[in-house]
Amino acid sequence: MEVLKIATAGSVDDGKSTLIGRILYDTKSLTTDKLEAIEKTSKQRGYDYLDFSLATDGLVAEREQGITIDVAHIYFSTNKKSYIIADTPGHVEYTRNMVTGASTSQASIILIDARKGVIEQTNRHFFINNLLRIKDVVVAINKMDLVDYSEEVYNKIKADFEELMSKRDYQDQKITFIPVSALKGDNVVHKSENTPWYKGEALLEHLEQLDKADIYNVGTPRFPVQYVIRPKTEDFHDFRGYAGKVYGGNLSVGDDVIVLPSKTRSKIKDIYFYNEKYETASRRSSVTITLEDDINVSRGDMIVKENDLPTIDKQFTANVCWMDAEHLKPGTKYVVQHGVNKVLAKVDRINYKIHPDYSGVENNVTELKVNDIASVTFKLNKPIFYDQFKNHRTNGSFILIDSQSNNTVGAGFIQ
Amino acid sequence: MKKDTSNINSLENEAIYIMREVAAQFERPVLLFSGGKDSITLVRLAVKAFYPAKVPFPLMHIDTGHNFPETIEFRDRLVEELGLELIVRNVQDSIDEGKVKEETGRYASRNQLQTTTLLDAIEEFKFDACIGGARRDEEKARAKERIFSVRDDFGQWDEKNQRPELFDMLNGQIDLGQNVRVFPISNWTELDVWSYIEKEKIEIPSIYFAHKRKVFLRDGMIWSADDEVVYRDDHEEVVEELVRFRTVGDMSCTAAVLSEATTISKVVEEIRESTISERGARIDDKRSEAAMEKRKQQGYF
Repeated sequence: MEVLKIATAGSVDDGKSTLIGRILYDTKSLTTDKLEAIEKTSKQRGYDYLDFSLATDGLVAEREQGITIDVAHIYFSTNKKSYIIADTPGHVEYTRNMVTGASTSQASIILIDARKGVIEQTNRHFFINNLLRIKDVVVAINKMDLVDYSEEVYNKIKADFEELMSKRDYQDQKITFIPVSALKGDNVVHKSENTPWYKGEALLEHLEQLDKADIYNVGTPRFPVQYVIRPKTEDFHDFRGYAGKVYGGNLSVGDDVIVLPSKTRSKIKDIYFYNEKYETASRRSSVTITLEDDINVSRGDMIVKENDLPTIDKQFTANVCWMDAEHLKPGTKYVVQHGVNKVLAKVDRINYKIHPDYSGVENNVTELKVNDIASVTFKLNKPIFYDQFKNHRTNGSFILIDSQSNNTVGAGFIQ
Repeated sequence: MKKDTSNINSLENEAIYIMREVAAQFERPVLLFSGGKDSITLVRLAVKAFYPAKVPFPLMHIDTGHNFPETIEFRDRLVEELGLELIVRNVQDSIDEGKVKEETGRYASRNQLQTTTLLDAIEEFKFDACIGGARRDEEKARAKERIFSVRDDFGQWDEKNQRPELFDMLNGQIDLGQNVRVFPISNWTELDVWSYIEKEKIEIPSIYFAHKRKVFLRDGMIWSADDEVVYRDDHEEVVEELVRFRTVGDMSCTAAVLSEATTISKVVEEIRESTISERGARIDDKRSEAAMEKRKQQGYF
């Protein structure tokens, strides 16, 4: 059984939490005690229906205000797949949560209120999904029950959204439109009789048939060294293993490799996973590698295949999503965490700010405010080994850390 | 080929990655060990992450004094077999020192009191990272928890001001006096943990399997009848039932479930078909709708 991570995006009151609650309910993922708690609270509040959003809105402040203010993770499974849904809030000020949720997801759902259609927020949600190169996006046109399940309304929204799609950067992104009512359960888990004009699948049916292998971007193998294992015991006296996760492609015993930044050549001797040896380590497996030669390798170094080098440079330009209340300004220093590697970086210049509602870019920008997205050039105190984000999701992304507050203040996608 | 195809493999790969980040980013990490199945799973993951080297951090158990005797026995054996370092700190000592006051009455439990003992121990050993077995599927407030979750000098969780976690990148930078709670099995569900225990043939305490026990019924839940630890009214009649525990906390806050599952595969089967959530058997969560969130803000796991 495989696991599929899905991000969700929608504006306030678009019914996102209700949709997730509905999926949980219709897949019988809500346990009796949770369901009883929802029934009890719904009744207390005088609703004449079950408020499924109560299943996901976890924090007291959220229940008080009836909104979602932080990323919540919801788990359920069918016979075919395990699902993790990142429930991310939709307000303008919470762009950072949406980027966060989308960064670990392979698919996403964008919600649109059928009564309101494509609004500025929708542009923003789509922009972020496209920026993060989510391969499979579902546009769920919700609250169809409130527009009498009108095909005309659905078609109008679809046409408006398709206009947005023509402006997107990542054209290969797959978009699927589904008319739903989360409250009534139409086309969420089961196909609805209320929309006979809709020939596609229900939302869950669509997610069930997504092929995970298809969704992941496959690139070239990158092995950032996380931790050096030196047991110094009698049995493993000279053992020197490099622990890390394989990204992008497979690594095999006998591969000719280069260790960066020293550019030392060697061969992969053994691949360990716990006490077993393997011929090949596949993408995303956490293994320990030993090399034929006794060379100096430490955390933050990267092992790559000889004929497949990343860019090695002391500067780069990236799309940055700024997440901190303090503004980003040229000349300021930050820590760039690129995978497990950390370097000091200085903001060289802000090239232009991107309006995530697809209304163009803005030049001559002097600073970035929270939730701004911009192209920024950085200079580093030592080289890093990177790929463009469009070719390598992991090796093309980084976070910015404020060395005063230690907070994660931004995320970047290398251009 | 070492593959990452099935759900359980990818969860294992993720958890091992997190364990290694802890060892690399922190100076004094510790693994908080409760004797429950989740922390036993963590120990297994830590052993696998650093093989053939030893686990580079100690285990710490905050002993409430109300643990099931089977748990303590199991803990000591595990530590010895794996050659791990174990630190034990007792809630009884915090009570004796007058730092916390024992609860009284029908629902008295030491569950809340352990927060003080834990925070004191973190300060005593200057631990900068505490690895715990909390999972996001357990409870609503935990669903919002980060993998690296920063706590201030008072051990408090500021849920509205959490660091965003992007891709695989974990930011463990903190100031002196702060610490990070680390949750390597955040993304595991109860069933995942059991499937892993089955797959890895991990030994767990006997109370997780069906056994005969003296119990009594209260509020529709099955309580362990241990009069030294669990308060019981005279009219609450003790009966013997075939039960097992689905989650193991203190005797005073963990309810049993009727079960005939005597092997891991039968337990897995039972959970698959269960309609009650795991924490549904936790008496401490029933105190109010936001019980867990409040405890977390104070420094509880």
